[in-house]
Amino acid sequence: MVKTVFKRPRSLKENVFHYCPGCGHSIAHRIIAEVIDELDIRGITIGVPPAGCAVLAYNYFDVDMIEALHGRGPAMASAIKRSLPDRVVFSYQGDGDLAAIGIAESFHAANRGENITIIFINNAVYGMTGGQMAPTTMLEQKTTTSPAGRHRTLDGYPVKVSEIFSQLEGVTYLERCMVNSPLNINKTKKAIKKAFQCQLDGFGFSLIEILSPCPTNWKMTAFNSCKWIDEVMSKTFPPGVYKDNIAAAKKSAEGR
Amino acid sequence: MKGYIVINKEICKECLLCINFCPKGHIVTTTEYNALSYHPVGIDETKECNGCGICATMCPEVAIEVYRE
Amino acid sequence: MNKVLMSGNHVIGEAAIRAGCRFYAGYPITPQNELTEYMAEHIRHAEGGIFIQSESEVAAINMIAGASAAGLRVMTSSSSPGISLKQEGISSMAACELPGVIVNIMRGGPGLGNIRPSQGDYFQATRGGGHGDYRTIVLAPASGQELSDLTMEGFDLADKYRNPVMILADGMMGQMMEPVLFKKPKPRKYSEKFMLRGAGTGKSKFIHGLILDPIDMEEHNWKLARKYEVITQKEPRFEEHKIEDAKMVIVAYGTAARIAKGAIKRLRAQGVKVGLFRPVTLWPFPELRLRSLSEIVKHYLVFEMSTGQMLEDVRLSLQGYADIKFHGRPGGAVPTPAELANVIAKFYEKID
Repeated sequence: MVKTVFKRPRSLKENVFHYCPGCGHSIAHRIIAEVIDELDIRGITIGVPPAGCAVLAYNYFDVDMIEALHGRGPAMASAIKRSLPDRVVFSYQGDGDLAAIGIAESFHAANRGENITIIFINNAVYGMTGGQMAPTTMLEQKTTTSPAGRHRTLDGYPVKVSEIFSQLEGVTYLERCMVNSPLNINKTKKAIKKAFQCQLDGFGFSLIEILSPCPTNWKMTAFNSCKWIDEVMSKTFPPGVYKDNIAAAKKSAEGR
Repeated sequence: MKGYIVINKEICKECLLCINFCPKGHIVTTTEYNALSYHPVGIDETKECNGCGICATMCPEVAIEVYRE
Repeated sequence: MNKVLMSGNHVIGEAAIRAGCRFYAGYPITPQNELTEYMAEHIRHAEGGIFIQSESEVAAINMIAGASAAGLRVMTSSSSPGISLKQEGISSMAACELPGVIVNIMRGGPGLGNIRPSQGDYFQATRGGGHGDYRTIVLAPASGQELSDLTMEGFDLADKYRNPVMILADGMMGQMMEPVLFKKPKPRKYSEKFMLRGAGTGKSKFIHGLILDPIDMEEHNWKLARKYEVITQKEPRFEEHKIEDAKMVIVAYGTAARIAKGAIKRLRAQGVKVGLFRPVTLWPFPELRLRSLSEIVKHYLVFEMSTGQMLEDVRLSLQGYADIKFHGRPGGAVPTPAELANVIAKFYEKID
């Protein structure tokens, strides 16, 4: 009796990813699709892709999606969720989208405690536009717009989204994860599932930050990119649960 | 425990993560070409697959299916 | 039904809610704050009504785009500088064919300007002001009653053509109080197939403005252009006031037209044969009607509370068939009807 251990999730279309070999977006897309399948929410999920490498996410997720302007996903997602409160609404964003041009929208959606989920792909560069410095680029990291390496007085410090957003009272659940090894990919998938469940239960705002390999712009092999996340990136961006008020939210919901 | 994998060679982008993470050495590079102009990975039948699924977990392209007998 | 005495900003809000607007997002900016506040107070009492004070005008336009895709009737409002911030969003709504009403209560500009009434955003409203080949339907009310009627119509036009619609008013209209009769709005006609509500058990769909393939992009641009051509043929609106025997016609819209009417009343009492052509849709501009008017009236005076923007559309419409003069009062320096009458009289004297 042959048992299927792994197959393409149903909520992931058959299209070949346009992402680079070894790209973390591909892995993230797949595990999100697996979570959508496992929670059986394909029919009620609405996703908002970013401007960035994942702008074509609607070619991959087999759920209703609406393109947002650069950085504005959380504003759109907030409005969609308030209009259709029983749908699962997620915004999928990269570094520039969430932490540069869109910092106000992501911050305020979190602050308002919108009952949405943000998936934040952190690869410490601007991928689609060719590897420029991002808010999350680390000190001394060389990019096309920080050719001498990010400098604290010229460019400031890397923005630590999980640390900052976890301070907001509107945030219910926030975890930083990685997709650079089988163990970490499974952990990330669990976190995403927990975030979507948090939304389904009406417990409020969730954000999953995912440290993700970008072999092309890091100029490394896929495997070395995965190692670099362990050896370098996770030192600036330590993974872990930064906020988990789900139990408290559950209690106050039961109290009613 | 025995397992086997099916690699969709046409969509493999030669990132080699599956090879790097496979605990059994069951996956190897090849000199074949696919239509995306990559050398897709292939199977070494001499190194047994145990159906752990790690290769598929790592594969960004969802190019590997895993089965266990 | 009774007439109510209500200030302009409130009238827009009330008309919108009656027309079925159930999602409003906005950011405070003078002189339209009363509209944002009215929506905050009242939309929540309508079933399913949602108000969000957004973190910026940028966030607001993106919020209404989302709610519009979800199938609600949506509105946002701002004043000149805030409307500048919304341009990318308006372009995107046009690209994605999402209906929505955007209210601009114009103030002095450019830049931070001032909070006085002006008409300096005509170009912004009718020539884009966002990027790309799209058009915004622009309605220019000139009275409290029109603030109500055109707001309600705005929602219908937005749905009919799946396009953003702008209500272009100014700080004077926003504040002034006139008796208004809220008419019964038409029932909404908007197909569910345009709404994004989850795939259910069927195929998923996506709404996008990004079209990488140039042939597909060209096709989409022409598709939009054909839509705008239909609007241009079917939807121009205007008012003609005392033009039957006019030797000179004032061309003005909104508050400028109100002032012009007062000036015309004074001048007519002195035997001056002057009339008013008032565009009600600024896009599509009623150019065919204005051009045909030039067969009987050879002298036009364009009056705007700006340095001359609609002037260009008047020139394009009249195509050299008539003489065009201009009088402008930008920056919020609003003239009285008596002052304007004196100005018009001087132009009139020079006609042979």
